[in-house]
Amino acid sequence: MTHVATDAKSEGGLVFHPLDQFIVKPLFGDGPISWYTPTNVTLWMGIAVLVIALIFVVGSRGRAIVPSRLQSIGELIYGFIYKMVEDVTGKDGIKYFPYIMTLFVFILFANYLALLPMSYSPTSMIAVTAILGFGVFICVTILGFVLHGSKFLGLFWMSDAPAILRPIIAVIEVISYFVRPVSHSIRLAGNVMAGHAVIKVFAGFAALTLVSPVAIAGIVAIYGLEVLVAGIQAYVFTILTCVYLKDALHPAH
Amino acid sequence: MATQTTETAAGACVDAGGSALGMPQLCADWMGNQVAWLVVSLIVIYLLLSRVALPRIGAVLAERSGTITNDIAAAEELKQKAVEAEAAYEKALADARVQAAAIVADAKAEIQADLDVELAKADAQIAAKVSESEKAIAEIRDGAVKSVTDVAKDTAKELVKAVGGNADAKTINAAIAARMKG
Repeated sequence: MTHVATDAKSEGGLVFHPLDQFIVKPLFGDGPISWYTPTNVTLWMGIAVLVIALIFVVGSRGRAIVPSRLQSIGELIYGFIYKMVEDVTGKDGIKYFPYIMTLFVFILFANYLALLPMSYSPTSMIAVTAILGFGVFICVTILGFVLHGSKFLGLFWMSDAPAILRPIIAVIEVISYFVRPVSHSIRLAGNVMAGHAVIKVFAGFAALTLVSPVAIAGIVAIYGLEVLVAGIQAYVFTILTCVYLKDALHPAH
Repeated sequence: MATQTTETAAGACVDAGGSALGMPQLCADWMGNQVAWLVVSLIVIYLLLSRVALPRIGAVLAERSGTITNDIAAAEELKQKAVEAEAAYEKALADARVQAAAIVADAKAEIQADLDVELAKADAQIAAKVSESEKAIAEIRDGAVKSVTDVAKDTAKELVKAVGGNADAKTINAAIAARMKG
């Protein structure tokens, strides 16, 4: 890896460090990073928490029948996620709505705040999304066993399928079940990281006078794409969480 | 290697120039920090949402849907009232029209009656005047006839006298009467 970095440096004018934006730095001083050190990750997660508090707590303070702008943003997100949980998991999934809402708003605001220049994107870090993804996976699996006991294993046993195929399908189902958290977390981190890295690569090309208009147009285009991706990935993560939750609540096919 | 010491100083995942070595995402040194702060952030967001924001927004939405339902019901009621009021208005209008027609008919009949009475009175007056006039005319005519007879008698008498005849008044009168008849 050291080799690649020195190669990049030897090119002179055209230097790409598309991944430098993901480096975790301490906010104060530059000592070693232990788990409690306030870092740029802390800062941008904190900003996300503040924005969420602003929209959902300060915005709804008026409790107005005719909502203010901030209040209607909060109500819009509330209604969107509430309806999603209700539609996907059914009425008995409503009590998990606050958890799903927490996931959605965290990912949504972390994604969108990461699109600000000079910002840091916590959702591009595989450690963060792995905690989210595996957290959902573990909670949902435990919930499934608590609610249904061994009947939860019926999720893997297709009683409709021909008897010969059932064991094969069961193996495939088990594998796909355990791949879920991996794909769930890598999808989010991969999308966010790739978009940010591509913007940085275009920004590196913008240093060349000849191609800079194309590079800047490319940055604008990728940025527009990233605005879409930021929302869509938050949505996808949330709706998949709902789908997994539905499997735990109603394991029978 | 010479860079080995600086690398350890800057951290295992950053080179001496501050650039990332490999993917910062995979740097195990930083993961604990991200995970710890992620958990803190999620707990804070969860507490904010579940304790404060979501019950509040849910209550506002429920209250709003209740208000909207009430308002729609009230609007429905008012609409019903308006329809009723319109029907009443239409009915009042029709009644008024009927009444007006009746009043007009009454007035017409009354006027006709008055007119008939006045006409009859006028006719009677005219008839009286006519008969009076006829009487006067008849008197005048009679007077005229008498005068003519008298004048004729006198003239005849004077003529007879002038001619030298001697006619008695009886004969002349009879002759005049005979002439006047013819």
